[in-house]
Amino acid sequence: MHVPDGFLDAPTSVATGVVAVAGVALALRGARRELDDRTAPMAGLVATFVFAAQMINFPVGAGTSGHLLGGALAAVLVGPWSAVLCMSVVLIVQALLMADGGITALGTNITLMALVGVWVGWGVFVLVRRLLPRRTSSVVPAAVVGALASVPAAAAVFSLLFAIGGIAPVDPGTVLGAMVTWHVVIGIGEAVVTGLVVASVVATRPDLVRGARPALETRELEIRSARR
Amino acid sequence: MGAGHGHRLHFHGHSPVHRAPAHLKLLALLGFMLVVVATPRDWYAAFAAEALLLLGVVALSRVPVRYLAPRMVIEVPFAVFALLMPFIAHGPRTEVLGVTVSEPGLHAGVALLVKGTIGVLASLTLASTTEPQDLLRGLQRLRMPDLIVQIMGFMIRYLDVVTAELGRMMVAMRSRGCDPRSPRHWPTLARAMGALFIRSYERGERVHLAMLSRGYDGRLPSQGRS
Repeated sequence: MHVPDGFLDAPTSVATGVVAVAGVALALRGARRELDDRTAPMAGLVATFVFAAQMINFPVGAGTSGHLLGGALAAVLVGPWSAVLCMSVVLIVQALLMADGGITALGTNITLMALVGVWVGWGVFVLVRRLLPRRTSSVVPAAVVGALASVPAAAAVFSLLFAIGGIAPVDPGTVLGAMVTWHVVIGIGEAVVTGLVVASVVATRPDLVRGARPALETRELEIRSARR
Repeated sequence: MGAGHGHRLHFHGHSPVHRAPAHLKLLALLGFMLVVVATPRDWYAAFAAEALLLLGVVALSRVPVRYLAPRMVIEVPFAVFALLMPFIAHGPRTEVLGVTVSEPGLHAGVALLVKGTIGVLASLTLASTTEPQDLLRGLQRLRMPDLIVQIMGFMIRYLDVVTAELGRMMVAMRSRGCDPRSPRHWPTLARAMGALFIRSYERGERVHLAMLSRGYDGRLPSQGRS
C-alpha cells in the first residue's frame, strides 16, 4: 500500500513533502485543542492501536489481501487533528524502522494516507452525520460512508500525482480507472471493518468516540422507574 | 517493556555504521535516496555506482545479507507493478524475447525496480543498524517538533505491549473456533478491535496520570539527554 522510493519523480516527492509538513504542523496545533496536555501519551497509544489494526489483513479477491488503513476510523474515534498526527507517526515509524514505504516517498504517503485519508473520511462523516437524526446510533452509518469514501479518494489523489510526476508514460485515465476501481473494493472492506469497530466502541464507551460528542451532548439523563 | 530491547528489524552490532550518529545516518539516507530518485531512468552507470555504494555500506555494517534479503519481500507488490509497466505504458514499441512491449515503459519498469530495491535496502540498513532510542534522539537533533518525537517515543515504547495484547486476543478467538481472516467472523474481530482501542486509550490515560504524578510538564526529561 505504501508508495516506495522512485515511484514519483524528485520534484513531486519534495512538493508532497512540503504539503505533508504543512498539514502535520497544522495538526500539531489542532491536536492540542482536542487532547490538551494529554496529546503525547494519548496520540502515541492511539497510533500504536492504528498500527496494530493495520496488521489485520482481509482478502480482497484474486488471492491478494488488503489491510485497514484506519484514517477514517482514527478520525471518528479521536477527532481529525489527532488522527492526522497518529497516522503520520505510524507512517514515519514504518518508513524509518520497518522499511515500509520509501523515505523520499514519506511526504507522499503522509499526504495520501494521513491528510487525504483522514480529512476526506472526517468530512464525509460529518456531512452524513448532519443528514441523520442526532443519535449515537447515527455515528455508525456515517463512519461507514466516511471510510468508504476515504480509500478511493486517496487512490484518486495518487493517480493525480502519478499523472504529474509519474516515471512512466501510462495513460492517466487508465491509472485513475484501475486505482479507483481496485480501491473501491478495498474501501468496502475498510468501511465494513470501520463500521463494526465504531459500533462496538459506541455500544460500550460512547464517551470515547469523538464523532459521537454532539449526539452525547444533547442526550438527557433519563430516569426510569424500577417497576414497569 | 518495549524500550531499550531493540525492535524487530534491529541487528545488534558494533560496526562503524552502527556507531555513526543517528542524525547523520538519517540525513545520509535522505540525501542518498533523493539523488537515486532524481537519477534519470536510462543512466544505468549511475544506478550501478549507487548500488555499489549502498552495498559497500551494507558490507561495512556487517549485517549479513541472509538477514536483509528475506526482509526485502516488502517491495514485492511494487515489483509486480514494475513488471507490468512495459505492457501498460504507451509510446514506441520494441521487441524483447519475442514480446512486443512499450520502450519507455520498459525503461521505466527497470528504473522503478532498481530505485525501489535500492530504497528498500537503504531503509533496511538504517533500520537494522539504529536503535529506536538513538533514532528518536537523531530526529530531535534534526529539529523534528518535540511533540512528534514524543508521540513516536510512546508508539515505539508501547508497540510490543499493544501488539502482544492483540496477539493474545487472536489466540483466544482462534481457540474458540473463530477465524479472524474470514469475513464471516468480522463482527467478532471488530469487537476485539473495539476492545483493543478502549484498552489502548485507557492505557494512554493511565500513562498520562502516572507521568503527571512524576512531574510531567509537557517535556520528556530523558529525551533531552544526548
